[in-house]
Amino acid sequence: MCETCGCGDPEIVPIEVQERILSDNDAQADHNRSHFQGLGLLAINLMGSPGAGKTAVLEATAKEAGGRLKLGAVSGDLATERDADRLNASGIVSATITTGSACHLDARLVHRALHDFPVSDRDIFFIENVGNLVCPAIYDLGQAANVVTLSVTEGEDKPLKYPVMFQKADLVLLTKVDLLPHLDFDVAAVEDALARVMPGANLLKVSAKTGEGIDAWLQWLEERRPAPVEQATEGHVHHHHEHQHEHR
Amino acid sequence: MHEYSIVASLIDRVQQEAAVHGGTRVHRLHVKIGELSGVELDLLKTAFETFRERTICDGAELAIDRVAASWACPSCKRPVLRGAILRCDTCGRPARMVEGDEIILERIEMEAPDV
Repeated sequence: MCETCGCGDPEIVPIEVQERILSDNDAQADHNRSHFQGLGLLAINLMGSPGAGKTAVLEATAKEAGGRLKLGAVSGDLATERDADRLNASGIVSATITTGSACHLDARLVHRALHDFPVSDRDIFFIENVGNLVCPAIYDLGQAANVVTLSVTEGEDKPLKYPVMFQKADLVLLTKVDLLPHLDFDVAAVEDALARVMPGANLLKVSAKTGEGIDAWLQWLEERRPAPVEQATEGHVHHHHEHQHEHR
Repeated sequence: MHEYSIVASLIDRVQQEAAVHGGTRVHRLHVKIGELSGVELDLLKTAFETFRERTICDGAELAIDRVAASWACPSCKRPVLRGAILRCDTCGRPARMVEGDEIILERIEMEAPDV
């Protein structure tokens, strides 16, 4: 007897589930996270609008790091490999995840990319998400931290308009601050908006063009790097793993 | 438009449960969606109506329990109003979300002659 709706149909039974609908993605993300942790790698999910400067920030990061850190990246892109080409040219070992019409990366796409990507000797691994302030926020990829780029040409109210994205951020990079003298953009207003949607709001002002703030961003990354992992004798540490193939 | 991929995951999950319980037809799904989950309810409904066809959910109703977002101080538990600065007035700690980011399948009502 259906007790939920009282319809009296004798064959209808309520099955309690109480589980996240994206539990499959969550499990895959945990799997990715255990890879990253096993490799002693800091994985960053970099998100932001199209044109917010995600790729430019990474190029500036490579320049600032100057070979001190081994950087890697996969870039989610609907149709091209331009971002990965730019990152490779800047010294970040990069590959593209072509998403077709998909508006976000999910943990499965990242995992698949890891199989073809020489991730094991990297210190920091950036997952440059598809340019979008909505969908990517929902999918855990296995990252250690979420970083959101917001450019000064986008308007101070973006955090209030896209609260889900900014609420999930561990750090917001306010990009293109070299343009501030030419704009009416009010930095205090964006800080206020951010404080209303992001607990412990944390904003760094950067310019990929002039290099301003990139040192502070690099320091933020360095502080989050995990302690070095002892190298396993054969390749990287490979733990409980339901599939048989190797990651490079 | 991640609502379509959420619905695809939802129907997969329902199919798994139906297989376990010998379910033959689903009448209603109860889902809980938080205000700050990033899921748009209208899009979710449209996606469900599109994708349920020719699946075990064909003709099933999607009952959505929407949860408002709320915040509180993690130590002194005082509520922090939404729209306010997300920091405790008293102790200054960053607020923590109490609820409002759920994307949960709560319950399935299905015809399962064997249960």
